[in-house]
Amino acid sequence: MILHPTTAGMLLAGVLFVLGLISILVRRDIIFMLLSVEIMLNAAGLAFVVASSHWGTADGQVMFIFILAMAAAEVSVGLALILQLYHQFKTLDSDEAAKMNG
Amino acid sequence: MIGAAFYIAAFIAVLATVMVITRYNIMHALLYLVVSLLAVAVVLYLYGAPFMAALEVIVYAGAIMVLLIFFVMMLNLGKESAAQEKLWLKPRIWIFPSLLCIVLLGELVFLVLQNHQPVSEVKMVNPKEVGIALFGPYILAVELTGILLMAGIVGAYHLGRQKEKTLHRFLENNQS
Repeated sequence: MILHPTTAGMLLAGVLFVLGLISILVRRDIIFMLLSVEIMLNAAGLAFVVASSHWGTADGQVMFIFILAMAAAEVSVGLALILQLYHQFKTLDSDEAAKMNG
Repeated sequence: MIGAAFYIAAFIAVLATVMVITRYNIMHALLYLVVSLLAVAVVLYLYGAPFMAALEVIVYAGAIMVLLIFFVMMLNLGKESAAQEKLWLKPRIWIFPSLLCIVLLGELVFLVLQNHQPVSEVKMVNPKEVGIALFGPYILAVELTGILLMAGIVGAYHLGRQKEKTLHRFLENNQS
């Protein structure tokens, strides 16, 4: 079977996204969950670039730049939150923080 | 057009991502993730986006991954955390979500293979067009991204700050 380039790129993006989704559902370690979000964002960006090359327009690549900037902001805030969590609970288990002691 | 280079890069990307989600040790997972991102950068290059490939290497594989690696080194997670992860990750836990996700993937593949677009080759979009689009119609979104990044910096600074330890006078005197 000969795959159309756009189809192949979209399939790759879908596979990577689902792998990230599996990881975020399965893992308990909170850094692994952050990594999974990174994988999923990257897959979404790949899909945008593939679509951009399919239509021959720059819009998809512009979206990729925005996704990149958002991933950078997200990872810095996420790491700061993990740092606070680690100082408070001395572990990276996300189940430890399941209860809100309001 | 879609040649062996794409298939090799795609295979490496998927394989490295599978290795990321099955590692117990966070450091090994991070290094595999760098490999995966580099493979995705090759794919981006093949799809006629060389500037995006460069950005992927510089920002994702360079900046974000180095941030994560330094963070893990700072927390100094050792063998205990890997052992704990091994304890958590039993087939009973991971098999059901994985099955559900694989069903979703099957649906997605089916839908993507369904469409019969007229055949068009991969078109090259050079960085100049991206720049013109970025600072033309998308200028508002660029400004919003700037605000988002600033909010990220302020948020990371605020959250990452350590609370000052307030010791009792007596304890302070004893320690010094």
